[in-house]
Amino acid sequence: MPSVNPVETGRLIYSVTQITREIKVVLESAFPQVWVEGEVSNFKLHSSGHMYFALKDAESVLNCAFFRGSNQGVKFQIKDGLKVLCFGRIGFYNKTGQAQLYVEKAEPKGVGELQLAFEQLKERLQKEGLFDQAHKRPIPMLPSKIGIVTSPTGAVIRDILHILRRRFNDIGILIYPVKVQGEGAAGQISEAINDLNRIKDIDVLILARGGGSLEDLWAFNEEIVARAIYDSDLPVISAVGHEIDYTIADFVADLRAPTPSAAAEIVIARKEDLSGKLDSLIKDMRSFLDNAVSLYENRLAGILESRAFKYPLEMIERYEQEIDDLCRRGDSHFSHSVEIRMEKLNSLIGKLDALSPLAVLKRGYSITLHIPRGKVLSGAKGKTLRDVKGIKTGDIIETRLAGGRLTSEVKQVAKEEIE
Amino acid sequence: MTAEMKFEEALKKLERTVSDLESGELSLDDSLKRYEEGVKLAQFCSKKLETARRKVEILVKTSGGKLEAKPFDEKALEG
Repeated sequence: MPSVNPVETGRLIYSVTQITREIKVVLESAFPQVWVEGEVSNFKLHSSGHMYFALKDAESVLNCAFFRGSNQGVKFQIKDGLKVLCFGRIGFYNKTGQAQLYVEKAEPKGVGELQLAFEQLKERLQKEGLFDQAHKRPIPMLPSKIGIVTSPTGAVIRDILHILRRRFNDIGILIYPVKVQGEGAAGQISEAINDLNRIKDIDVLILARGGGSLEDLWAFNEEIVARAIYDSDLPVISAVGHEIDYTIADFVADLRAPTPSAAAEIVIARKEDLSGKLDSLIKDMRSFLDNAVSLYENRLAGILESRAFKYPLEMIERYEQEIDDLCRRGDSHFSHSVEIRMEKLNSLIGKLDALSPLAVLKRGYSITLHIPRGKVLSGAKGKTLRDVKGIKTGDIIETRLAGGRLTSEVKQVAKEEIE
Repeated sequence: MTAEMKFEEALKKLERTVSDLESGELSLDDSLKRYEEGVKLAQFCSKKLETARRKVEILVKTSGGKLEAKPFDEKALEG
């Protein structure tokens, strides 16, 4: 980098590019590796994957660039306000004339990186609803096939199989071998969850790993695993680490088992429990059948005791009685009406008697009939006489008396008024 | 009752049978019929409980990238 300048005036003159280049050399060689502590502000994640932000403290600001190639290993989320330690080199960007820190590593200040990453992811997924109770699927009581995502070697699978041996045996176990820690573990675990969802007959998944440090369990804190669990159609039981270890997978899973052995115990009922349940069902069934039988027995007894059953002729007898009764009432009605009529008849006869001309005759009266001339001997009926009018001397009259009749010739007609 | 019926299925049927009997709404004939069914289910369940048909398999990726279930050697773990 030669300084191209005329010296005649005794002044050393740089072009901007020249001096910028000089500064760059000096600066960059002075700070090839530095740790800078500050608070993140103005954080921007570019679509290219590069991160740009500023580190600041009370008085100063330093721009930082954290390129994609370096920032991919960062587990926690860099965001405004976060206190961080950044490692990198100071560079001078001639386009803006500014020094900036090219970050190669970043760590949260005060708290472990993984711890922070865990908290951040937990908070984010919780907000997103991945831990929602409503999304959790029920664990089948008696699965016929269990998919186990774990390392095929080691204590975990051995413990699980050991417990299963003592339990309900009519069950299939399908082990999906995965790396449970280190590079690529999270990817394998999430792939296993996805794959097992496509295999027929599996009822439930167990994610299992033995205890370890936060780093060891880290795969189960990765977002990709959390999402695979959330998206799984099969219920997932997480059984990672010891009872005190909580992972993101535990929060998303449908059920958290404190240990892998516990997961096996949860998912497969104990034989004794099952046979106990069976026994009590059989007992219940018998007693309910007995109840049903005695219920019907009681009903039958009730029927046998009923009047209808005990006195089957009662109803017929009752009807007969009713008929007799009606007949009796009919008879008396009938005879009564005859009596009345007889009485009426007698009284009518009496009246008739009283009115009979014969009766009058008996009392000494007589009836005189005028027999027309020339018919006297023919026995023709005469006309009852009420007056002398029309009667002439020589007419034939007939007189009816109580004991017989007299035929006479009129000798004299005398008209006489009777008062 | 098919041979393929699962234990859980049979147990559920048995539970239903018991609760039907409990309801007291069945005719005597039906009650007896259900009871008989229940006894068969219970026998089936007991038998299932005693049979050991545990099958442990492990998925292996074939060269074609396909997953294949193979028997898992449990004894190898103990050693």
